Amino acid sequence: MLGARKRVTLIPNEWSVGKLVTMTTTDAAEVPPPHTPDGLQEHFDATIARDQRVEPRDWMPDGYRKTLIRQIAQHAHSEIIGMQPEGEWITRAPSLRRKAILFAKVQDEAGHGLYLYSAAETLGADRDDLTQRLIEGRQKYSSIFNYPTLGFADVGVIGWFVDGAAICNQVPLCRSSYGPYARAMVRICKEESFHQRQGYELLMTMMRGTDAQREMVQDAVNRWWWPSLMMFGPPDDASPNSARSMAWKIKRHSNDELRRRFVDMTVPQAEKLGVTLPDPELRWNEESGHHDFGTPDWDELMRVIKGDGPCNDRRMERRRTAHEEGAWVREAATAHAAKQAARAEKGTAA
Amino acid sequence: MTPENPRDPEKQGWPLYEVFVRGNRGLNHVHVGSLHAADDAMALTHARDLYTRRNEGVSIWVVRSEHIAASTRDEKDPFFAPSADKVYRHPTFYDIPDDVPHI
Amino acid sequence: MSDDHVYLTLAEGHEDDTRWAYGTGFEDPLHGVDTTVPEGVDAGALVAECVALADDALVSAQRLAEWVTRAPELEEEVALANIGLDLLGQARLLYSRAGQTDGTGRDEDAYAYLRDAGDFRNVRLAELPGGDFAFAVVRLLVLSSWRLAHFRRLRAHPDPVLAAVAAKGVKELTYHRQYAAEWCVRLGDGTDESHRRMRAALDRVAPYLGELHTAYDVRDEVADDLRQVTEAAGLPLPVHRPLPGSGRAGEHTEHLAPLLTELQGVARAHPGATW
Repeated sequence: MLGARKRVTLIPNEWSVGKLVTMTTTDAAEVPPPHTPDGLQEHFDATIARDQRVEPRDWMPDGYRKTLIRQIAQHAHSEIIGMQPEGEWITRAPSLRRKAILFAKVQDEAGHGLYLYSAAETLGADRDDLTQRLIEGRQKYSSIFNYPTLGFADVGVIGWFVDGAAICNQVPLCRSSYGPYARAMVRICKEESFHQRQGYELLMTMMRGTDAQREMVQDAVNRWWWPSLMMFGPPDDASPNSARSMAWKIKRHSNDELRRRFVDMTVPQAEKLGVTLPDPELRWNEESGHHDFGTPDWDELMRVIKGDGPCNDRRMERRRTAHEEGAWVREAATAHAAKQAARAEKGTAA
Repeated sequence: MTPENPRDPEKQGWPLYEVFVRGNRGLNHVHVGSLHAADDAMALTHARDLYTRRNEGVSIWVVRSEHIAASTRDEKDPFFAPSADKVYRHPTFYDIPDDVPHI
Repeated sequence: MSDDHVYLTLAEGHEDDTRWAYGTGFEDPLHGVDTTVPEGVDAGALVAECVALADDALVSAQRLAEWVTRAPELEEEVALANIGLDLLGQARLLYSRAGQTDGTGRDEDAYAYLRDAGDFRNVRLAELPGGDFAFAVVRLLVLSSWRLAHFRRLRAHPDPVLAAVAAKGVKELTYHRQYAAEWCVRLGDGTDESHRRMRAALDRVAPYLGELHTAYDVRDEVADDLRQVTEAAGLPLPVHRPLPGSGRAGEHTEHLAPLLTELQGVARAHPGATW
């Protein structure tokens, strides 16, 4: 799709997904089985310390299980709600090629949601219950999806920024200590890199087009930049659960570390594209070897998380309606399966 | 599922299936994940859509999760009460605290 | 070999960009196919055939895209999108063939975005709006059964490009028909409500069945598919009440124009733009 012309590196080499997947699974031959109840905790700690994977039937502390379920569920919800801002443009995409790409991308997001719900279920969660929690507002999804998509350039910018930020967040999760989550992330990250590339390629194409198109791109960049930086979560000193998650290797880098990595990655891409990132404080810092950048509006992040973003109600309403309007379909399929089973039983008995 | 929250069976979600895929000839079927479906035919259709992107020529197995018996070496431990009849432990619902996401 | 290694081999061979450009297809169906229009093939008839089949596919894909984020279950999101992508892929290949053949050199987007409703040749069943999941699967059953029967014959078409597109399409449509048939049976048999909705969907589809003619007579095959499914679902066959007019002649319902306004709006607002 991108051809040989593409020179901009979108994912730093050291983050190449393929290199991160040589992980080992928990192997009782290496870690001797515990012989006392206390040994369970030691066994778990040893598994984490050795950078081995915890698998579904292993003993794990309650807090680890709960934190993982919450993290994976929020991630899954984000994929599903995240279908909406872009999904609105499938029917309006201005070329058939873009229509196909966008359709496939939004479909991938449904697939990602399903992989993640599947991983959460290995921890004993129930998908119906998680869905219920989402539509009742008891579980969150990424705040970024509460912003509107105002033009087709937004599709490109979402791919570039939002999927780029997701990659920064998610590639390290391919090494998450929980096996099913890590494996789901390997699959997801491979597809996310396509998503980011399609977004950037759309923007490059638009920047080569008309003045109006270039304005559309810059406008979308202006609107999505700060919300994208907020995707990494509050600053480290205001992120109380981070330390424990890092100790458990559920989370591998701090919010600020990942945010800085995203900025460093994105600035040269913006230059290549010919757009301006809307931050007057943004500049290269020779000393630190990183970019300095301004502070996102954390009050805004808190407002959006609490439900006062521009699209929170709309997103939730759509998900709730789809789930409720689909109830008769799901019930009919269940009823048919039960009738079939009864018929089969009757057939065997006769 | 929990005793205090009995559900109408028809309102309950579709059962969980485990999916195994043989990506290429010469390989074993490998567990790739799970999905929900009302019946076996639907599970195969969903598995093909979701886990193989409808690539022709791959072989798919689906099996109801509840039909898989499982063991792990950890469970040889006498102090540990095994739940040896499920591929995953399915404890009752966890009360997941409503919290700010750290995504 | 570790488990993870085995797991990763599943993804091998899917990493090219093809899937993005052509929806779910992994191979270029025109690879190695001579695109010269063979002698003896009536170019006008070939163009008309390609455009009509492409219009059916594009309009159907547009209606399927409206299900995105609205499907009754997440697994069905993925399934409906796959079907929409297949049809979109077919439309693109067929428009391209029409453009190569009609002497204008128009590309796929010129056909999709720069024609008005009166120029579209899709059957009216494809353009009907809204409806519930029952209507979606009944319509899909009828249209995929009809298109499959037609594509099977087109595999022997003297134009090698159309024949190659049909050969690829047959595999896809077989799956679409299967998916729709399974759902029709589930919903017909499932609950009182789903049964009632299926009957309503069949009634809504019935007037448009008469329009499903092609150069080949495939009516018996389509009727047979429909009979098999309705029988298994415990549903009555829809009563045939043909509606005058034909989408193939450019006579459409009032629903096509708004569908095209949405489809074409952005593209037409930016003449000279590249996407």
